[in-house]
Amino acid sequence: MLAPTPETVSTLPSAGRVGMLSLIVAESAIFTIFVVAYLYYIGKSLSGPTPRQVLEIPIFNTICLLSSSVTIHLAVKALRNGQRAAFRAFWIATTVLGATFLLGTGREWRRLIYADGFTIQTNLFGTTYYSLVGLHAFHVSVGLLALTIVLALTLAGSVTREHSERCDVLAMYWHFVDAVWVVVFSVVYIIGR
Amino acid sequence: MLNSLLNIRAARSVRIIVLFVAGLLWAAVMAWANTGTGPQIPNIFAPESTPAHEIYIVSLFVMGICIAIFVVVFGLLAYSVVKFRRRAGDDHREPPQVYGSNQLELAWTVIPVLIVVVLFLSTARVIHEIQDAPPPARAVRVTVVGHQFWWEFRYPQFGFVTANELHVPVSDTKNPTPTYLTLLSADVNHSFWVPRLAGKTDLIPNRANHMWIEPRETGLYLGQCAQYCGTQHAKMLLRVYVDTTAQFDLWVQKQRLPALRDPSVTEGRRIFDSTACVNCHTVNGTGARGRFGPDLTHLMSRDTLASGAAPNTRSYLRLWIRNPYTIKPGALMPAMNLEDEDLDRVTAYMLTLH
Amino acid sequence: MSSSAVATSELALLRAHAGRPWVETLHEWVTTVDHKKLGLMYIGYALLFLLIGGIEAAIIRIQLAIPHNSFVSPQVFNRLFTMHGTTMIFFVAMPILFGFANYLVPLMIGARDMAFPRLNAWSFWTTALGGLTLYFSFVGGDGLYGAGSAPDVGWWAYAPLTSTAFSKGHSTDYWTIALLVSGFGSIGTAINIFTTILCKRCPGMKLGKMPLLAWLNLVMSGMVLLAISPLTAAQIMLMIDRYLGGHFFDTQAGGSAVIWMHFFWVFGHPEVYILIIPGFAFASEIIPVFSRKAIFGYPVMVGASVGIAFLSMSVWAHHLFTIGMPSYSNAFFVLTSMAVGVPTGIKIFNWLGTMWGGKIRFDTAMLFSIGFLVQFLIAGLTGIMLAVAPFDWQLNNSYFVVAHFHYVIVGGLLFTIFAAFYYWYPKMVGRMLGDTLGKWHFWLFLIGFHLTFDFMHVPGVLGMPRRIYTYEPGRGWEIWNLLVTVGAFFQALGVLCFVINLIKSYFRGAPAGNDPWDAWTLEWSTSSPPPAYNFATIPEVKSRRPLWDIKHPEDPDWKYE
Repeated sequence: MLAPTPETVSTLPSAGRVGMLSLIVAESAIFTIFVVAYLYYIGKSLSGPTPRQVLEIPIFNTICLLSSSVTIHLAVKALRNGQRAAFRAFWIATTVLGATFLLGTGREWRRLIYADGFTIQTNLFGTTYYSLVGLHAFHVSVGLLALTIVLALTLAGSVTREHSERCDVLAMYWHFVDAVWVVVFSVVYIIGR
Repeated sequence: MLNSLLNIRAARSVRIIVLFVAGLLWAAVMAWANTGTGPQIPNIFAPESTPAHEIYIVSLFVMGICIAIFVVVFGLLAYSVVKFRRRAGDDHREPPQVYGSNQLELAWTVIPVLIVVVLFLSTARVIHEIQDAPPPARAVRVTVVGHQFWWEFRYPQFGFVTANELHVPVSDTKNPTPTYLTLLSADVNHSFWVPRLAGKTDLIPNRANHMWIEPRETGLYLGQCAQYCGTQHAKMLLRVYVDTTAQFDLWVQKQRLPALRDPSVTEGRRIFDSTACVNCHTVNGTGARGRFGPDLTHLMSRDTLASGAAPNTRSYLRLWIRNPYTIKPGALMPAMNLEDEDLDRVTAYMLTLH
Repeated sequence: MSSSAVATSELALLRAHAGRPWVETLHEWVTTVDHKKLGLMYIGYALLFLLIGGIEAAIIRIQLAIPHNSFVSPQVFNRLFTMHGTTMIFFVAMPILFGFANYLVPLMIGARDMAFPRLNAWSFWTTALGGLTLYFSFVGGDGLYGAGSAPDVGWWAYAPLTSTAFSKGHSTDYWTIALLVSGFGSIGTAINIFTTILCKRCPGMKLGKMPLLAWLNLVMSGMVLLAISPLTAAQIMLMIDRYLGGHFFDTQAGGSAVIWMHFFWVFGHPEVYILIIPGFAFASEIIPVFSRKAIFGYPVMVGASVGIAFLSMSVWAHHLFTIGMPSYSNAFFVLTSMAVGVPTGIKIFNWLGTMWGGKIRFDTAMLFSIGFLVQFLIAGLTGIMLAVAPFDWQLNNSYFVVAHFHYVIVGGLLFTIFAAFYYWYPKMVGRMLGDTLGKWHFWLFLIGFHLTFDFMHVPGVLGMPRRIYTYEPGRGWEIWNLLVTVGAFFQALGVLCFVINLIKSYFRGAPAGNDPWDAWTLEWSTSSPPPAYNFATIPEVKSRRPLWDIKHPEDPDWKYE
């Protein structure tokens, strides 16, 4: 065995990215089970409101969330090029868009619970709806918390070009959350209705 | 080869192994002799009904293949352990390093795949034969409802309900009268398993399952619940009485009658009708219409109590009514806290329900 | 380094540590992020729970030795079998395998530590917390109706037995939360192992050059990522049902008991492959060394392992043959369940091919490995029998199945774990395990294992279901149950020898040196135990057996690979 020479230095993938991808695989499996439960129970509620009766398609929320994927992508790209001001602007935009999505979900739930009397206990649809959308909203919240921490660090001037890979890893998580929303949206508001 | 085995140092381990295997086999033979082969033994290899028989045939086939595979592979393993062990006078040089062989890999991939194909096809045929068999018109139909920890048997064709002991007619190959069971559950998961009559099928709440039996010999067949259902899962026993056609018709006739009205137990009946008993139990022809517990209309036509937990005798019956926990702790029937005299009267009433 | 130099530096370290206050040592272990220490803690934790789970099994066997026994009440018995199964799978098998993976993987791929050392520590402590939560139920589980204490719903916790209607109090919640929490720990470790193997290999160690142990742990951790999550999801659903009024498994509201079964077994079946695959890893490292030959068919072994991982995700409903699926569904799962036997058989043949033409040494590690081969073969064949759905309609939920899976987990996995102990203890501790005690351990345990689990098949065939606290006399089950119980005590004696050996050898075992077995993978190039940084310089490798290349410069592996 020899000491490593420059030619033999490995070009192995980055641990941060592989680690985040592994986490995404595990999370995808959890969401898959909730989606399967949702699909299985479509039309099987014995009583109570049907999706068509209470659900309004959250177009605005969806646009916010999906746009936030674009802004975070642009943010990371800017940071990689050393454009810290652009990074800051796009990162703020991402955080705001994400928060808007969460607020929107909160408002939708408030209407469902208080105006329509529709809760997780109401029927099978209620259980599966709140669980699936809630699980997703939880993941958005966690992501938003991380985004906020990075935002605070950015405003304090601590985030530099060297951190672009870490921000990229966080961006991977955020893209995942958005991709899950595409699935949840299709299953709940299109197929399920 | 045996001689050379006995001459070498490693022979001690080989002798231990041979002795041990011989010991195991001896113990197995002794135990099997002790087991006996009476009809009360719910042996899956002593089928007395068509589905159990079909399973038996395919199981012999697969076991034969598995034993053959075992003999070959184990033989090779045993041979290699003996032939390729390091000997006493070894020169400590490494043996030739062989990294693989494509032909061998191909061979021991293709052959198992072929075995799998053969096994799969034979299995699929039996699955289809058992699961997709349409019920003939003369089939007896029973709805089985699983409860914690007893069996409800409803005979919709004859309009009566009984519990824990199932009666079916024997089936004749010329004029088959199988029994088709619809399986439901009132609470949690259970499983209906009478090994000599059929494989088991689960009773799952909010789901109707189906199975059939076609017994060829009269007699009593034992089984029990085979899906853990709570504290007294172990005592949710099954007794299936395969009767001759005449016996079965007689039994059905009797079960359809309302409860016998014996004037000597009026007081016992009054106690029964005015306490919580009627909330759970039905006695046809009286005001007792409860369905949470077993139907007691013909309680004394059964050989056991509490789904096989005790014999159906006066003393056990009294004990059960006084406090079920003495026989079956965890059963859902509470102790009725009756005074001794009332207890005797109610017991006497129960004893008249033939 | 020469062995005397190693001994001197080890002694110097010991002297440096000798005068330390114990608080300092404790603090070092509690806050460590070193993969070796965490590995040892995982293993120690698992051994403790092995003893506890074993005691639970012993009590079960005493109760079942004779019919109508009253050694324990039905309530206690039902808790015991639930805790025994849950403990053995989640707090013995998983931690011990993660422990060995943690210790060995970085060493065998030439890395200094895992990819995420702090995640590693977090994962260990999270798993440990799960085990403590589960066992706290024995003291703290009493619920409103006094119907608490340890969970008694079986380790699969089928719905609706687990609903608040049928499981009052908090006993079921202890099961749910303990496994939920330790599940997060498992996912964390899996992410770590997966990333470490893909991203931290030393120069020259392409994927096709890494030891099979690394490959198999890569496969195993990939499976953990996919398979643990369904259990996590189902448990979240169960908690929603129990505490938020949800109806996932509420059959009264139109919910389905069957989807719990599917979700559980989508986890449950891959889980048992997750358990056995690291066992395969141990066998694949140990058998070649004690046969003095390279592993036969390395590329096929890799392919078969990956194949097993994929196929095992498609077989789960063979646990559900009796729930009334339509015949074509049953047939599909028959086919996949038999198919997964093909790559598994291929592996057995390749191990056989490794031994063939070799010079086999019967050290204790190899004895256990040979036991594994025979027993795993038998277990696989009873598995094929169970894959025949109609046969399963008789055998499912009977003692035949209990015998089958103990054959795999004890006769297969535990034997390879014992082998791994005898093989790698010298590396971890710097001392050899005693040979005499080792042989006593092997023979006592072998006798006990076969007495118990060979004969356990028979009551199953004679109609004895599982999870029953007692049974009726006259059904032909008595003598077999008695023999099974007797075997359990031989196994206990064997394990006692093992524990004594572990402790005694720690203080008085022969010094091991770097490479007591004349082996070929990177961990044998370090001192025993290795220094904290593993390697003074990161090695560069050219073949699958770097130390073989050094010891046989005239005939290195890379000429033939």
